[in-house]
Amino acid sequence: MQIYLPIAEVSVNAFLLLGLGGIVGVLSGMFGVGGGFLMTPLLFFIGIPPAVAVATEANQIVASSFSGVLAHLKRKTVDLRMGTVLLIGGLVGAALGVIVFNYLRSLGQVDLLVKLCYVVFLGIIGGLMFIESWNAIRKSKKSGGRSPARRKHTWLHNLPFKMKFRVSGLYISVIPPLIVGVLVGILAAIMGVGGGFIMVPAMIYLLGMPTKVVVGTSLFQIIFVTAFTTMLHATTNFTVDIVLAVLLLVGGVIGAQIGTRIGVKMKAEQLRIWLAVMVLAVCIKLGLDLLIQPIELYSLGEGGH
Amino acid sequence: MMRLVCLLLLLSLPAQAEEEIILGLSQNEIDITATFTGSEILLFGAIRRDAPVPDGNLGIIVTVAGPEVPVTVRRKERRFGIWVNVDDVKIAAAPSFYAVATSADLSKVLRPSEDLINRITIPQVVRHVGTNVLDSQSFSRALMRIREENNQYQRLEGAVAISRDTLFQTRIQMPANLTEGFYVAKIFLTRDGNIVDEYETSIPVKKVGLERWLYNLAHDNAFLYGLMSLAIAIAAGWGASAVFSLFRR
Repeated sequence: MQIYLPIAEVSVNAFLLLGLGGIVGVLSGMFGVGGGFLMTPLLFFIGIPPAVAVATEANQIVASSFSGVLAHLKRKTVDLRMGTVLLIGGLVGAALGVIVFNYLRSLGQVDLLVKLCYVVFLGIIGGLMFIESWNAIRKSKKSGGRSPARRKHTWLHNLPFKMKFRVSGLYISVIPPLIVGVLVGILAAIMGVGGGFIMVPAMIYLLGMPTKVVVGTSLFQIIFVTAFTTMLHATTNFTVDIVLAVLLLVGGVIGAQIGTRIGVKMKAEQLRIWLAVMVLAVCIKLGLDLLIQPIELYSLGEGGH
Repeated sequence: MMRLVCLLLLLSLPAQAEEEIILGLSQNEIDITATFTGSEILLFGAIRRDAPVPDGNLGIIVTVAGPEVPVTVRRKERRFGIWVNVDDVKIAAAPSFYAVATSADLSKVLRPSEDLINRITIPQVVRHVGTNVLDSQSFSRALMRIREENNQYQRLEGAVAISRDTLFQTRIQMPANLTEGFYVAKIFLTRDGNIVDEYETSIPVKKVGLERWLYNLAHDNAFLYGLMSLAIAIAAGWGASAVFSLFRR
């Protein structure tokens, strides 16, 4: 069934969008990523104008993250306190990121920088996570038991402004989470995504949070960041397509519920290794696009610049 | 004296009045609704003559042009091992949609000089501005190639049917991704490739109903529209969660 999108001004198959939303929703609920880094390229591919795809995607992430967070709240796997600290950092970072983005745009080549950002960050995060979780799986198979807690006393624990994060079982300074929030916020604004795929590994490896809590907490933070982004796009660029968003989010929210249930049943190491594989796959795809000679060397852009 | 001058003037008028185009359209406007998947317009008409059929090969050319918008064409080149956009050319104005239908091979029904003056064929319509890029021609050719692949530009040679040297008709398929605005349909009547008569009309293409309402809301009440989008997102997220927890019980 073809549906004409009023803002994107293209006609697309409604079932295709429902399906895409569903698949990305499952991944979102499983891994605590918004799914923007997967969905946005997919939307480009089916012919949605990039500006509309990025803005509408933000709106869809609000829906699937909200759905996911509710599921996690019931299981008490959301660290609201940690989420709030990360959110404060994230909003500051997003504002900084918009400034950086506009500066890069004035230099031209912003598309290339965004793509390089993707390749570099997805590559590093995916690679590190893959190696780490691979080792964890091997270790747990060998010893047959749980891997020892890797909580070490580092300089991170000597920082001031300590706070108790009961759900995460942490007693650390608020400075590292704030910095993580800011950095993720900057990257999220530049790359046009919620930032879950950076946030999740950062919470696990930098802050030492348990994997189970990380997913819900990440989703909690993403809701607010993407809601903020949606409003920004809607009021400045008029590029949020509500019809496209509804089609995507119907699939997305259902997918997120299913994903959350799958995620709970999976082992933490397994969850991490699959997220790593997915991140690496997107990284390789984007990298190849840059390296292989495109069939059509020319591309058309809107008049402006 | 005055009457004599008028009479002389009338007599000296060009032969243009000998043949005249009368046109009909299958639809006077195109409405973009929620289920819009493109549209076909039928252009039909007749040639009215006050005198016997003149000599020369008869030709009919029908063009339909969408609103003109500036476009930037970018070209990728290999730099440091990766493919990046290097050069770009700004095309001052190119129609978002353009179709040329003719009654026979274009070379038979239209002289190049007439094409140059009246800007009928696709290359004449896509104007490009001078830039510091050497081969700016290849950029406008790329624009035409890409748009022809997307059916945004259509070359329909021999698609106009003429019967009994008087009646003609053609169908033009408009794609789903139409830009809103006035689409100009032009009909040229040619004899031996020279334009004898020309007729012009416009077909408005616009969003209607829900599509119109949402588009206006997004532009006129952007803040409200943004809040509405968020409210729908939150409601859908909550709804799915509620439905699923019902299932679990």
